[in-house]
Amino acid sequence: MGKIIVRRAGPLTTVQDLGRPRHRFAGIAPGGALDPHALRVANLLVGNPEEAALLEITLGPAEFSCTDERVVALCGAEVHDSLGQPIRLAPNESLPLRAPRRGCRAWLAIAGGLAVPPILGSFATDLRGGFGGWKGRALRDGDELPLGPAPSPLKFRGPSAPWRAPAEWARTGARHAVLRVIPGAEWDDFAPATQTIFLHESYAVAAAADRMGARLAGATLPRLTNSELLSEAVAPGTIQVAHDGQPIVLLGDCQTMGGYPKIAHVITVDLPLAAQLRPNDIVRFQPVNATEAQELFAAREADLALFRVGLALRVAR
Amino acid sequence: MSLEITPLGDSALIVRVGDSLGEVLATQRLLAGAKISGVEEVAPALASVAVFFESPSALTNATATLQALLRTRRPTAPATAASRVVEVPVCYEPAYGLDLLPVARHTGLSPREIALCHASGEYEVRCVGFTPGFPYLSGLPKTLTTPRRAAPRVAVPPGAVAIAGGQAGIYPLASPGGWNIIGRTPLRLFDPAREPAALLRAGDRVRFVALTETEFARWEK
Repeated sequence: MGKIIVRRAGPLTTVQDLGRPRHRFAGIAPGGALDPHALRVANLLVGNPEEAALLEITLGPAEFSCTDERVVALCGAEVHDSLGQPIRLAPNESLPLRAPRRGCRAWLAIAGGLAVPPILGSFATDLRGGFGGWKGRALRDGDELPLGPAPSPLKFRGPSAPWRAPAEWARTGARHAVLRVIPGAEWDDFAPATQTIFLHESYAVAAAADRMGARLAGATLPRLTNSELLSEAVAPGTIQVAHDGQPIVLLGDCQTMGGYPKIAHVITVDLPLAAQLRPNDIVRFQPVNATEAQELFAAREADLALFRVGLALRVAR
Repeated sequence: MSLEITPLGDSALIVRVGDSLGEVLATQRLLAGAKISGVEEVAPALASVAVFFESPSALTNATATLQALLRTRRPTAPATAASRVVEVPVCYEPAYGLDLLPVARHTGLSPREIALCHASGEYEVRCVGFTPGFPYLSGLPKTLTTPRRAAPRVAVPPGAVAIAGGQAGIYPLASPGGWNIIGRTPLRLFDPAREPAALLRAGDRVRFVALTETEFARWEK
């Protein structure tokens, strides 16, 4: 069976899939690819089931090769010129990925997927728990991970496939991000003037940004009350305001519960942009309502369904 | 019982019930038992239950059903007889109770009295969170109330039995943490290779049993 060889792991490369969302009762973060949509698109591009395990690459540079011929596809930050378009890798051919000028993370799908053992129903790496993915840890130079058998043959001539993902799905890194938000449970703990600041000022991504969340720095957001909150559920996209008045955007590896006030939540369709935040990027927030959030999601799912059908026709040909 | 439903983003809701384990568990059972289509997980917290949906569309489709369910059916208190009792052995010797001295200073009790007092409590798991398998326990005797450490530890050893404010907990994994460590258990509170992976779940009752250092060493083997 083929393998993928990690020639250069880069700062943080992990095995991810759609995560393990049914274990919050045990304190386990849902985790998985921080941009689940990019994971689904990259997998579909190479003919995989959309939930197959792939590599999430943080920043880079990184370099990989496969021991047999494989079709691969990348979505996310600009680590390679082929973003959103499947390419053929000959046996042992190197795939060098550069450090992106914009964006933080890229998802690399390999036809056949990564054949790592599932833990609690998922292939995703839980870095804090130290389990899942490849030995419960980030990949290191020299690691060799088994690949699954390549799925139904993807037929195309030449080095790259004649099909690609829509540009806004393939290339999601930006230095200036506008994240659409709906109000959080403690929205009214903030004065109208503070709410206005939150929705109009720009925030810079601070150095403390990882798979759990991105701390932001900018105008402070004082809370009207000092009352302690009882810890309750938080989720990827939740924006908490820490005691210093600075917001934190939670991402896929966030704790299952938090005790900070929740001022707002990034809507599901904008989680791909949140996943690309890196230190010094500029973030603004734009309010939408829950109905718009749901309609935007439904529209994207409809587009993805069309994309899936279009690809299936090409693959079957 | 008053229920307040508040959105948690576009694909989850929080149902706030009241600071009572019985109400939380009853609401969780009611909502999970209803098998509402599109619900991914119903997870308990301290005074609320979160309902996670598979997508924003699933939430929209299920909200009316969920509201009707909470309106028409009052969650009933679960029978306490159903809760499990889990014995957790703890070594309270100074080698493991790293913060016994600061806790002694704050409470005016000796380390031995702290151990006796902690082991005399009847604890309930209110919820599991912070890290995989970390139980938030209520039932700490009031005399042990101690504020959390001024500076959190960078690495708390796995199995550390700890207290902060009026709460007790156990660190399942090596992790940063600001609670006062008064002992250590040889039990593995979290093991992803085990089913279930977390030893404790909301509603379990916990009793701590003191171990000598020799007994602790035997457990570790």
